[in-house]
Amino acid sequence: MILVNEEPLGWHEGMTVRDILRARNYRFPMLVIHVNEVLVPKKDYDTTLVPDGAAVKVIHLISGG
Amino acid sequence: MSQLVFDPSKVMDIDYTQRTEYLEGLEAIKAAHKVLKEITYAPSLPDKGYTNRTLYVNVGTHEITEKPVTQQMKDVFIGGRGFGLYHLWNAVKPTTRWNDPENEIVISPGPVAGITQYAGTGKSLVVSLSPQTDIPIDSNVGGFYGPLLKFSGFDALELQGKSDKDIILFIDGVKGIIRIEEAPTDPVDSHVLAEVLTHMYAENEKDLPNISVVSTGAAAEHSLIGMLNFSFYDRRRKCVRFKQAGRGGIGTVFRDKRIRALVVRGPKVAGDLNHPADPETIAKTGIKYHKEIRENDGTQCMMRRNGTAHIVEIMDAYDLLPVHNFQFGSHPDVHKIDSSYWQQRCTQHTVDGCWYGCSMACAKGADGLVLRTGPYKGHMVTVDGPEYENAAGLGSNCGVFDPDYLLELNFYCDTYGICTITYGTLTAFVMECYQRGILNKERTGGLEMTWGNAEADLEMMHQMARGEGFGKIAGLGVKKMKEHFIKNGWGDPQLINDIGMENKGLEYSQYMSKESLAQQGGYALTNKGPQHDEAWLIFMDMVNKQLPTFEDKAEALYYFPLFRTWFGLNGFCKLPWNDVVPADNASQPEPHKVPEHVQNYVDLFSATTGIKITKEDLILQSAKVYNFQRVFNIRMGKGLRLHDAAPYRSLGPVTKEEYESRAERYDQQIVTEMGLDPAGKTTEEKMALHREWRTGRFSKLMDSVYTRRGWTLDGVPTLERLKELGLDAFPEVVDVVKQHLS
Ligand code: SF4
Repeated sequence: MILVNEEPLGWHEGMTVRDILRARNYRFPMLVIHVNEVLVPKKDYDTTLVPDGAAVKVIHLISGG
Repeated sequence: MSQLVFDPSKVMDIDYTQRTEYLEGLEAIKAAHKVLKEITYAPSLPDKGYTNRTLYVNVGTHEITEKPVTQQMKDVFIGGRGFGLYHLWNAVKPTTRWNDPENEIVISPGPVAGITQYAGTGKSLVVSLSPQTDIPIDSNVGGFYGPLLKFSGFDALELQGKSDKDIILFIDGVKGIIRIEEAPTDPVDSHVLAEVLTHMYAENEKDLPNISVVSTGAAAEHSLIGMLNFSFYDRRRKCVRFKQAGRGGIGTVFRDKRIRALVVRGPKVAGDLNHPADPETIAKTGIKYHKEIRENDGTQCMMRRNGTAHIVEIMDAYDLLPVHNFQFGSHPDVHKIDSSYWQQRCTQHTVDGCWYGCSMACAKGADGLVLRTGPYKGHMVTVDGPEYENAAGLGSNCGVFDPDYLLELNFYCDTYGICTITYGTLTAFVMECYQRGILNKERTGGLEMTWGNAEADLEMMHQMARGEGFGKIAGLGVKKMKEHFIKNGWGDPQLINDIGMENKGLEYSQYMSKESLAQQGGYALTNKGPQHDEAWLIFMDMVNKQLPTFEDKAEALYYFPLFRTWFGLNGFCKLPWNDVVPADNASQPEPHKVPEHVQNYVDLFSATTGIKITKEDLILQSAKVYNFQRVFNIRMGKGLRLHDAAPYRSLGPVTKEEYESRAERYDQQIVTEMGLDPAGKTTEEKMALHREWRTGRFSKLMDSVYTRRGWTLDGVPTLERLKELGLDAFPEVVDVVKQHLS
């Protein structure tokens, strides 16, 4: 189990940042993502593994509006 | 009034982008013009962003005078919306209503407006007493009018009085002539009128881009929701296009004054017309931004390809798209009107900015639409947009998922002079009333206002333009429709009030705020009424969970409305701030504020005016105007806590099906937020629990926000706050506040 923006999400072996975006249907392109307070650059979303129990922040910037 | 006749048999032969067919009657229209008043004046260019004078025109008495811009005006009100509110305050009394002659329309672009080196600097702010809200409304609009007005010598234009005949105000900023002309046979609707006037007042082909026209259309005469079109000449398409000052019915005030159009002819635009204090900094900041757009837009919001419509599918995925009058947040047919469709439908071979130098270039045009209904049936037209608000408001919120009908609704809103946001929300309300039996065919005069019935929707709009039937009632807006339905005994008053999405008399813009308390505040705790350009916090609050406490939400509802107010003081578009970000933005502190862009704005203001400011000063500048506007509202009889109340549909689920569409989430909230067990409770009982909790926390939010803003719990700025902001220098402002402090 991990926490994504304070809400629980099931964890699986080999889970990447991209998997989280898919699971949450986060399609907005301008994101700031921290895994356990470490910034993950956009180019590393597919390769960055998320450990079990991680606290993940997916910050959507203000857009549209 | 005459309408140019178009022969539908010619439809495939015409060059639809040049619209030459509209110009056939031009000479006759021109010959019918009669000069009612003409003066000469000395045109001048701005010095450090200001021309240091404003223009006053009384369309009733034909008085035309110049007024100086004082140092106090610049220090306290800056320009744009600030100048608009200042002039309006001096023009009206607490008893003035929108259709009194003393009501004004003030147009002001702001000191930085008009520079061509940075993106999004062509905006004007239009301020008037609104027919919908009875308080000042401000609308931020692109197009060329504001900058060309400034380059003709004026930081603002005040229009007062009422004419007894249709007039055109022409400002020739090259020759130094201001003329009021009677215009007895000019076309009515904007897409024809602006084309005709642009050609009428341009001296030759090359002069066309130096003309800008402000106009409205037939619906502004018969509704309270009239909008103003500000034109810009599209050199590539060789036609006139528009940006809109949509909200609050300023187009209705315009027609009530019997202004047919405003026309300005400015000098040829060049990069240095603003005579800034430090042109190098402006150029450097602009180059940096243009590079950023070029490099990042393709992987970020793709504004240059999609415009703001890029968020249609995102809002749908996040359950935030308004569907069926804000009942639901997504719909399976959204793919028919999402950005992948608009990408193909909008012409992509051209750079589409609404002012010179806007590299964000989001002003998308859908060319070649053949209209299926109304007075222009058979015409082939270019439709500007649809932007997100149009796609959501005219589309999903009314269940219209046919993109051609959506474009046609958008076209007629534009040419008839109707605010698309307002029209979308009021039509969604009508459709829900029809769904729930509050309205029926008999009450709508035969219009079958079922979800997605675009033909009935268009017919209602045509009726609005003709001033007939149910369209005339709809054109009063949601607030007055609610009163009308309740007075007639149509439906349950509580239900009608719950589902009518207006606050202060203005219709909500197109975001589903039920699950974001901060966004509920961003809508209802505004000065002018619920509009997304004040505080759009739905991602920060609901998706990111960045604002967990009431204090966090109050802080955001302090900062963002003030930050965004600043754009309107200076002539900026908000989109270049937040719809592209620097590559390293994620690693900056507070990346959601886009700190590098905030610094750009600080630099641009300082470099234009020569006045050094910091990012904290930027907020202070806005706070002066924002609090002044709040006091103005109070002076006009609104602006207190009771006027900030939100319709329950914006806070929570009004109906059983709304609750059940999110039952899991709502049941869970009963456990986590209320500490109760939903098991065994009926949906009605659970809805009642939610209502109590949701209205209670909205009230608590009001307390927190008012406190943070330096207001009493009744929403009145305190004397201490006025003093901090230097507003105690205006005894009338202090007097208004004193009456409300016990
Ligand atoms: S971003 Fe779009 S609306 Fe804003 S100034 Fe540029 S083209 Fe106009």
